[in-house]
Amino acid sequence: MDLKEKLISSFFAFEEQIDLENDVHVLRNKAIEFFELNGFPTKKDEDWKYTSLNKVLKHDYSIFPKREVAIDYKDIRKYCLHEIDTYQIVFVDGVYSSHLSSTTHDKFDACLMSSALNNPKYEPLIKKYFNKIAPEDSLVSLNTAFSKEGAFIRVPKSVIAEKPVEILHFSTGNEAAMMLQPRNLIVAEENAHLQIIERHQSLTDNPVLTNSVTEMFVEKRAQVDYYKIQNDNENASLIDNTYTEQHDDSLSSVHTFSLGGKLTRNNLNFYQKGEHINSVLNGVTILENKQHVDHNTLVHHQQPNCESHQDYKGIFSDQSVGVFNGKVLVDKIAQKTDAFQSNNNILLDDKSSINSKPQLEIFADDVKCSHGCTIGELDDEALYYLKTRGIPEKEAKALMMFAFANNVLDGVKLPAVKTRITKQIARKLGVELGFEL
Amino acid sequence: MLQVKNLHASVEGEEILKGINLEIKPGEVHAIMGPNGSGKSTLASVIAGNEDYEVTEGDIIFEKANISELSADERAHKGIFLSFQYPVEIPGVSVTNFIKTSINQIRKARGQEDMPANEMLKKIREKAALLEMDRKFLSRSLNEGFSGGEKKRNEIFQMAMLEPKLAVLDETDSGLDIDALRVVSNGVNKLKSDENATLVITHYQRLLDYIVPDVVHVLIDGRIVKTGDKDLAKVLEEKGYDWIKEELAQQA
Repeated sequence: MDLKEKLISSFFAFEEQIDLENDVHVLRNKAIEFFELNGFPTKKDEDWKYTSLNKVLKHDYSIFPKREVAIDYKDIRKYCLHEIDTYQIVFVDGVYSSHLSSTTHDKFDACLMSSALNNPKYEPLIKKYFNKIAPEDSLVSLNTAFSKEGAFIRVPKSVIAEKPVEILHFSTGNEAAMMLQPRNLIVAEENAHLQIIERHQSLTDNPVLTNSVTEMFVEKRAQVDYYKIQNDNENASLIDNTYTEQHDDSLSSVHTFSLGGKLTRNNLNFYQKGEHINSVLNGVTILENKQHVDHNTLVHHQQPNCESHQDYKGIFSDQSVGVFNGKVLVDKIAQKTDAFQSNNNILLDDKSSINSKPQLEIFADDVKCSHGCTIGELDDEALYYLKTRGIPEKEAKALMMFAFANNVLDGVKLPAVKTRITKQIARKLGVELGFEL
Repeated sequence: MLQVKNLHASVEGEEILKGINLEIKPGEVHAIMGPNGSGKSTLASVIAGNEDYEVTEGDIIFEKANISELSADERAHKGIFLSFQYPVEIPGVSVTNFIKTSINQIRKARGQEDMPANEMLKKIREKAALLEMDRKFLSRSLNEGFSGGEKKRNEIFQMAMLEPKLAVLDETDSGLDIDALRVVSNGVNKLKSDENATLVITHYQRLLDYIVPDVVHVLIDGRIVKTGDKDLAKVLEEKGYDWIKEELAQQA
């Protein structure tokens, strides 16, 4: 039985676990039908031309964990931002772990999707926001069909979330192979502020495939900064589908650090529904071996006087593959749009590759849109210059790579996150950080 | 301190240096002068360890050790410094972070601990003042958008920070106005001691009014063809290089 068939037949077992009377279940039923009809995307789909899911779909994934596995905080401590105070929503094999988590309903809600789906108090919110902006495609549909658990964060009007929220997913390897379908809903109401850190981490080498969907609503004058740390091990793959809707004067940024994992696909879409919106999409990708990362972005400018800034940097060694497919869509009404897109890449080996495809579709006539894409190597002359100052080759290369990624790292507003990422990059490059950035 | 023995070097198969002999003792300032294309910058690069140049014959001895096979960073660890004719722009690395990294990497190679932060800061301030550099300058990206004069000042600032035993100054005067020339050469002179040595490579005599050499060598077509004292530079300034070429032709 292939994975698609297995998923479809598992849906009936899934239905035994959930409340079938819930309105959301209508969506689930519709979604599984869509998935059944369309299946997984293939390279024939324009958006999947450079990324094949074949090698990650071949495993016999368990769709539900057979039993819950308790893990200790000490096993996951290093993946948590323990150096600062945060709320943590922790999942182990897709199941919420209350003893590892620290949630809140105090000034704002940072809790579970399952409790939000089942609590009448949240019904209006679910009705208003759930599955409203995630497009109907096969991966989103698959997630919607199995949507049950994930993070639910809602910051009410004028509340500033005083602590960042960490969304952490761990796989224990208790199953030979595991597929996860986390579903997150994030709502920042008017004037609210929120910072989020998301991470998926497997604790063994058993294959894991995560198909995550996040819908995020950033209302008027609200501000959300979202950091995605993708540094999983070599058998873990992630399809991250994140959709953001923004309203007047809001600011939303998503920073994606792709440093590990077998295959990572980021579908990141922004929909600008008001004026004077700023959307920021930043990415640093550093790959080795046969790792594959695909950034597929869309910024849809639907109203006048908005900005968007996309800055993706990639460094590829060995046989690693990068894909950048960045689309900026400017509606006819969206005059005075200021859209910037940049994708810069360094290939360290002949066998590494990057496919970069910027797409601009502009229907307004008074806009400022720019895009640029570069693919190069490390500058030998600069390397020599650094070496004449006593900096050995490996450190000199690392320094240059840091310098290359520096402006994206500079966009990280949480110092603890910046330090973490800087250290992870240094470890990846095999250097001790003698330099700060 | 430095002995260059019968040094031959080529780039992409073309021989540029054709048997250079040179000895520099501690406390000395040597100048290498010569027309364009004579191999001056190649000599500087080969001493610094640029791997684009292939040493086909001869040796470079530094403090009694043969350094011909050492990489550029290993030479820097031993105390050799090259001030670049065209310093490279490195966006994203600030002058301060760069020099900190450089100093601590050299210390690490010498088995020393990192320089304490307060000591580093004090030294950076002191040396920046010596080169009359603005504080703002130190937080800018290395050489990015620097004027010609700023780049050269920054080179000598690095030299002041690293305190090399042998400093090779490759065309440090090019692109400098008279004020910058004064500041830069004043910096070089202040750093001079009985223990270190300087090799000044220049096309023009002008710089040697400020940094006065003990020995002047004339490099033509990959060979040192004449060696004298500082007056030789003055003669070259007045008469150019043609008379030496004629002398050579007569000898041949």
